[in-house]
Amino acid sequence: MIEFRRVTKQFPDGTVAVENVDIVIPPRKTTVLVGSSGSGKTTLLRMINRMVDPSGGQVLIDGTDVATVDPVQLRRGIGYVMQNSGLLPHRTVIDNVATVPLLRGTAKRQAYDRALELMDTVGLDRSLADRYPSQLSGGQQQRVGVARGLAVDPNILLMDEPFGAVDPIVRAELQQELLRLQGELGKTVVFVTHDIDEAFLLGDQVVIMQRGGKISQAASPTEILARPADAFVADFVGADRGKRALHLTDVDGRRVVVDSDGRPAGVLAP
Amino acid sequence: MNWLWSNLDLVGELMLVHLALSVPAIILSFVASVPIGWLAHRYRWSRGVLLSLCGLLYAIPSLALFVALPPITGLSLRSPLNLVIALTLYGIAVLVRTAADAFDSVEPDVRQSATAMGYSSTGRFWGVDLPLAGPVLVSGLRVVIVSTVSLATVGAVIGVQSLGSLFTDGFQRGIQAEIFTGIVATIVLALALDWACVRIGRLLMPWSRPDAAHRRRSIERVERVDAA
Repeated sequence: MIEFRRVTKQFPDGTVAVENVDIVIPPRKTTVLVGSSGSGKTTLLRMINRMVDPSGGQVLIDGTDVATVDPVQLRRGIGYVMQNSGLLPHRTVIDNVATVPLLRGTAKRQAYDRALELMDTVGLDRSLADRYPSQLSGGQQQRVGVARGLAVDPNILLMDEPFGAVDPIVRAELQQELLRLQGELGKTVVFVTHDIDEAFLLGDQVVIMQRGGKISQAASPTEILARPADAFVADFVGADRGKRALHLTDVDGRRVVVDSDGRPAGVLAP
Repeated sequence: MNWLWSNLDLVGELMLVHLALSVPAIILSFVASVPIGWLAHRYRWSRGVLLSLCGLLYAIPSLALFVALPPITGLSLRSPLNLVIALTLYGIAVLVRTAADAFDSVEPDVRQSATAMGYSSTGRFWGVDLPLAGPVLVSGLRVVIVSTVSLATVGAVIGVQSLGSLFTDGFQRGIQAEIFTGIVATIVLALALDWACVRIGRLLMPWSRPDAAHRRRSIERVERVDAA
């Protein structure tokens, strides 16, 4: 379990990125932090592995304040996947996946065996093991990034807009892969995105953040749609428009669900 | 040509002497420039000072430096070591700025992800920053190689033997072929060292080969075809 207690982050130039955040991130679930740019969602994520230290309040992992843990050791125990994969361009795929185990002093042979298994797990062909990242497609690079994040079998996996830079088809594929993986592995995933559809698809808990680093609502997707906390949330999730504002019409005795533009979304199952 | 054939031994020997002067200077300037360049990259406030100071070195006329060094180092004017030190200083003047740029050229994303993986700061320097700065460092080193090899000839004027001795001797004795041989031999040596530098760079940094980019493009094309 990850807990933020009255966490604030003010940068030296005076910008407040996160203000007074209290939130509990439940274990073995996916929590998605969603908001537009400048909402402090990435800052919040990076406080978990001490890439950013809060200027006020505490971040606790299983009851331990992360400020008391050596940042290098802390990071080696937490998976991290970022946008544009952040792979080391001078290391082959297998070396990239094995990075953290090797840093931790795992024997090379063992680290490589594990890396190959992980490539299977994330759906990468083993023949790619000796390629350099620049020789892979964007989607493949992102899979390598996920495999690398899982390499030490961490309890926590931090994902910072990991699918932001790939095309929509590949993104949809990667999202499904993540759902499958999460079903198998049950990690505590903290996922940052600005895409509310992605948040609703992946999140057990969705945290909606607004400018200035304040939390507007933290709840399950269903609850957010049913009871948006305020006008900002309602507007952000688009509950009153487009493909989320559905209504029923009768067509020859069948009940068809259509969106606000009149486009059919499906039929109502009896 | 006749002059060259009858003096092959001399030219060969001078080439070795020339190598013994320039190679240590090239290596020393590289070893000194990397940390200075890293400091300039890491601490913004030091950048202006460090880069200007090192750049100024290049403004010192070479003969003046050769003459000014012995009182400081305590070496004799004709000591080859004296020349090596001077060449090293010029090498540093050229390379420090490139070294700072080389470290700047490392993708912030990559650096950040390395930190997030749990690299310590020293681990990240050796494992990530330095190798990724490599291609730019090599391009700077190539300039230093060529400039050092050509600058080493000036030592002949103060009596330090090198391929430059072929110029001074050729001038004094009016042997055109000797001067010409000196010029060609210097260029050949510079090109050979430059070539070696590129080869070693490719060997140490197989990931930086230009064909990696080509292959990527062709992979993307294949995938696009697959998707369609």
